[in-house]
Amino acid sequence: MAKEYRTIRNDVALPYQWALGSTWTRFFDGLKEEKILATKCLKCGKISIPARSFCPECFADRMEWVEAGQEGKIMTWTLVNAKYYGQVKDPPYVIALIQLDGTDCGFSHYIGGIDLSDLKKVRQKLKTGTKVKAVWNPEKKAAIQDIEFFTPVK
Amino acid sequence: MGRAVAIIGTGQTRHGRRQDVCYPDLVKEAVTAALEDAGLALKDIDGVVLGTMPSMMEGVSSTHFYFADAMGAFNKPVMKVETCGSTGQSIGHCGFYWVSSGMADIILVVGSEKMSEGDGQATMTTVFDPFFQRTFAAGAPGVFTMQSMEWMYRFRIPEEKGREAAALISVSNHDNAMNNPYAHIRTRVTVDDVKNARIITYPVRLLDVCPASDGACAVIFASEEKAKKICKKPAWIKGIGFRGEEFFYGESDKSIWMSATEAAKEAYRQAGIRNPLKELDVAEIYNPFTYQEMIFYECFGFCPRGEAPDYVLKGTFKKGGQLPCCPSGGTLCTNPIGATGLIRMAEAALQVTGKAGDRQVEGVKLALSHAMGGVDQFNGVTILGSRL
Amino acid sequence: MSKEEYRIIKGQVFVPYELALGKTWSYFYDCLREEKIMGTRCRKCSRVLVPPRSFCPRCFEAMDEWVEVSQAGIVETWVYVNMPFFAQELKIPFISAQIRLDGSDAGFTHQIAGIDLSDFDRVRKTVKLGGRVKAVWSKEKKGSILDIAYFEPVK
Repeated sequence: MAKEYRTIRNDVALPYQWALGSTWTRFFDGLKEEKILATKCLKCGKISIPARSFCPECFADRMEWVEAGQEGKIMTWTLVNAKYYGQVKDPPYVIALIQLDGTDCGFSHYIGGIDLSDLKKVRQKLKTGTKVKAVWNPEKKAAIQDIEFFTPVK
Repeated sequence: MGRAVAIIGTGQTRHGRRQDVCYPDLVKEAVTAALEDAGLALKDIDGVVLGTMPSMMEGVSSTHFYFADAMGAFNKPVMKVETCGSTGQSIGHCGFYWVSSGMADIILVVGSEKMSEGDGQATMTTVFDPFFQRTFAAGAPGVFTMQSMEWMYRFRIPEEKGREAAALISVSNHDNAMNNPYAHIRTRVTVDDVKNARIITYPVRLLDVCPASDGACAVIFASEEKAKKICKKPAWIKGIGFRGEEFFYGESDKSIWMSATEAAKEAYRQAGIRNPLKELDVAEIYNPFTYQEMIFYECFGFCPRGEAPDYVLKGTFKKGGQLPCCPSGGTLCTNPIGATGLIRMAEAALQVTGKAGDRQVEGVKLALSHAMGGVDQFNGVTILGSRL
Repeated sequence: MSKEEYRIIKGQVFVPYELALGKTWSYFYDCLREEKIMGTRCRKCSRVLVPPRSFCPRCFEAMDEWVEVSQAGIVETWVYVNMPFFAQELKIPFISAQIRLDGSDAGFTHQIAGIDLSDFDRVRKTVKLGGRVKAVWSKEKKGSILDIAYFEPVK
């Protein structure tokens, strides 16, 4: 059936000021110094990244700061080829869940520094278990993009 | 009603401008306090209910996901309820239904808001439809002022009398907040301060309206069996009521406010209350605006319609009066919207269990808590008692 | 600990929408173009509501009888808005009001204008609860509620 009834465009733009709190402020300050900081729960021992103010596993409040490795293993990944509203990067790009050395969970970021034009080659290069390492953005803003991406190591 | 339910623990954050913490940590502050108050650990909680303003408030679209860790929801059933200002009562009722039904013994209910992170009035504007009403929105002040004007016109309340009574309400709430270590605004004001404050939407002035607060509140509901076993002084749910009205603002008469009136009537019916002014010892009413507070007094049957200003001028509702309202300082001094209605319930629970510290009213056996949501659209009431 | 230690991140969320008006509201706006204000009547309770509803919120019955209501009515309540806030569509100062048009059974949200809005005390003398107002149309019709430009007080 033809679109008989009208639609109206209505865009909503809202400004925010999000408080980071002390734990996340310190995490991002760590990125400025090219350190990836994690926290270890003093009760159950779980090492969480990004750093947490309390343990998501056992709810305990006492956490100790540890430095995670700059290398890790790919847990899973995907090549984003679709466009959608509000996207930060233009497709195609790869997002991945990475377990950094010395941590007990996955950490989201981009995989970069590889040729994305041939999907077959990408799939050969990137597998669960592929070792990757952080490549830093020369410009630091105390944001997650201070790490530019993770790239496979030889 | 199903089986009896009690509140066995409450927790609140220090409300105010909490830019020292990220939002999840703010929620955890309240949850930790509630667990400590009840003497329980996360493993004792059977399920969690969360409520906040719609996602546009803080820009993170699904707060029940965001706070899963902070409210200990890992591996538990979770429910999310959003009814804007009445959220706090809605989530409390949800926790009550869950335990009363017999499907759970101990439920954690959490309400929170971080108003410093977004634009409150712009967010509330999105509650209006974009086709007919949103263009003319003037935030909460616009709506509540129109309602108050309509009420004063209908009951022929002279402007000066309304102004005087509203000012006394502001003074009373600000005074009460001085005794509440959790309250956001803790400054004394005089009647002259209120009458000369900056105009927001005439006749409503700055000291007639609530602040925008960051804060969270957590309340633990338990079955009769569990409450009697683990809690020295449970606060028993004696009655609840919740009513909604039509969506378009002009459709019902907000000066006699059917949803507020009927929600209270239902709660009174369940609690066996016939004369609220006499039988209630304390009322924690949702009161972001002084003028509007008087409409609630009338809807809840504390006084005849059109006479609330007279009762206020007599001192009926202030500390030491016949029915003290908002000894906590109310919403007027603290308003983290998603938490506010639950804070009213927590404060009522503290009053009936004698745990309200410096703001304790003597000999409280029955307390009313309430919250309102939407564009004057929903009202929820919960009556708490010291005896089952 | 000093406040500076904890960072605040500024951001903006911008979300676009395309909203369907449906049959009833599309027709309402079509009629506004022709400078007609239409309401619908409930089959059960006979109330006429503006804006029109496709069903009655109280009876849950269809409201499919179209009724043209008067362009004039009474002011049920109003508020003078002089405070700015983000995403506000109208320029301050403006008057938001509930107007019950003759022939309808409920208030209808719109603005009162066509008078000098700069002096609130003067406004209060002109705009009164229970006072009568009538619609003034925008020359250009865009299919929005402001195709009625405003309601102005009449003697």
